[in-house]
Amino acid sequence: MDIPFWSKEIETLDRASLQAIQLERLRDMVSWALKTPFYNKKLSSVGIRSPEDIRGFRDLERIPFTTKDDLRRSFPKGLLAVEMTEVVRIHSSSGTTGIPTVIYYTRDDVDRWTDLLARSIVATGASAQDIFQNMMSYGLFTGGLGLHYGAERVGMAVIPIGGGNTKRQIQTMKDFQTTILHVTPSYLLHIHSQFEAEGVKAGDLALRRAFIGAEPHSENTRRKIDDLLHIQAFNSYGLSELNGPGVAFECVCRKDMHLWEDAYIVEIIDPTTGRNVEDGQEGEVVLTNLIRRAMPILRYRTRDLAFLHPEPCECGRTHRRLSRILGRTDDMLIINGVNVFPSQIEEKIMKVPEVATNYQIHVDKKGALDRLTVKVEIYPKLFLGDVAKLEALRARIREELRSSIVISPNVELHEPGSLPVSEGKAKRVVDERPKD
Amino acid sequence: MAKQLTIFVENRAGRLKTITQNLHRSNIDIRAFTIQDRGDYGLLRLIVDRPNDAYLALAELGCACALKDILAISVPDQPGNFHRLTSALAEHNINVIDAYGFVLQPHKTGVCCMEIDQPQLMKAQEIVAAAGFTVLQDEELYSL
Repeated sequence: MDIPFWSKEIETLDRASLQAIQLERLRDMVSWALKTPFYNKKLSSVGIRSPEDIRGFRDLERIPFTTKDDLRRSFPKGLLAVEMTEVVRIHSSSGTTGIPTVIYYTRDDVDRWTDLLARSIVATGASAQDIFQNMMSYGLFTGGLGLHYGAERVGMAVIPIGGGNTKRQIQTMKDFQTTILHVTPSYLLHIHSQFEAEGVKAGDLALRRAFIGAEPHSENTRRKIDDLLHIQAFNSYGLSELNGPGVAFECVCRKDMHLWEDAYIVEIIDPTTGRNVEDGQEGEVVLTNLIRRAMPILRYRTRDLAFLHPEPCECGRTHRRLSRILGRTDDMLIINGVNVFPSQIEEKIMKVPEVATNYQIHVDKKGALDRLTVKVEIYPKLFLGDVAKLEALRARIREELRSSIVISPNVELHEPGSLPVSEGKAKRVVDERPKD
Repeated sequence: MAKQLTIFVENRAGRLKTITQNLHRSNIDIRAFTIQDRGDYGLLRLIVDRPNDAYLALAELGCACALKDILAISVPDQPGNFHRLTSALAEHNINVIDAYGFVLQPHKTGVCCMEIDQPQLMKAQEIVAAAGFTVLQDEELYSL
């Protein structure tokens, strides 16, 4: 098999040399982290006051974990390690309780991130000959812009169409003979379900590959995408705290995702004890960013569950492969690629006087797409017997939720006392999506 | 003025029964009803003989219900009369939010219940009376 590379030397570097690079970059990151109020305090508390205090990988384990909560508490600038004048990009994600998290990048940070994406893209066999239709959302979400930059660097023709508008997506695939899509698996299946209505057959199009990400999916789903669209789908992994997409990406072998270890230190831990587990064992993915100076992040607990393959890949890359994401250690839901925390929904509902405090979050599938329904109970004392007011209430709740979780849920109004009463938010969530 | 009892009811089997059961238990006589369907829920509107008691009986159960003033108009059951009524209201620019009717005695008497925006309610009552219709007061309506 012909194995394409973007940076062959670094991608196939022997493990010892790779680790030497990691250690050197970790020291660099610690020196930047110490400039931030957040890490200065955190690192000093374990006796790390200068990069020289990191003598080997053993010292990595001394560094306390960083959590999403830490990022929220440090909003907006507690983790900023450079002057704002050095920052060229800000991304942000909605927070679990209304406080967003923010990520900063210098010009060099964006450049290094872009390079990882170019490396990821080329690893799938794509090249400058390709026409790339980027169907991920642009904006504050890192998925759209991240791949856009990477694809341009590779030299592909990039169509920055963004998410949604199925008719136009299909027309664009026809008009420009798109060869690569970047899309969530559920939206890709939805697009396919609309082919017939648009008078298109998979064979009429020039599609060859899809980069699928932002939501977990099974091997069955991937096979289905391959078969229905006559393409090869490649899994990808990333999160904005670690720059965005391009943390790990599948190569032409498509046997899970190479995690770029010159750019990230990956640990898999037992989420209860916090201790590292052996390669091959499932646990929580913990990542240290080695390439972003504007906002260093050390030992970030992703809450994603996965494992690392102990054996090397046939492609010759030495960077270990991360399995697909097998679950979460928290209650985060992924709805059509958008991360939603039940607490975000709860917070909004609690602010609406016309509904009671009991609620239920219901997720299922409508066709290929996820459907989110939020069920609330009418508060009897504020019921006026007016349909117009009830419908206005429904619309208001939907809009409040949309502003917080980005997607627009169905809102169902229920009788007082009719929804199951439960303690703890997990029971308030009913996820009926098939696991296949 | 006549009272209408409006009850929020989820659209699923057995919900109406719970309400009628409790009204029956409290010896409430239902004179008229209508349901406004909104998909996942509906609004059950009732004309009953003792609106306050019915309201309390349901509120005690935890139901979302409300008492509303409505215009209950006696309309002789002959062609053209309903049109005469709507024309009188239209002429004075009164909007009817919702309405339903029932026949009491075929070819003799019908009743039309109308929900009118609160600020226009008194004015609507005067207009209807001036047009020659009888506006039923609560006792009259319940004892029909």
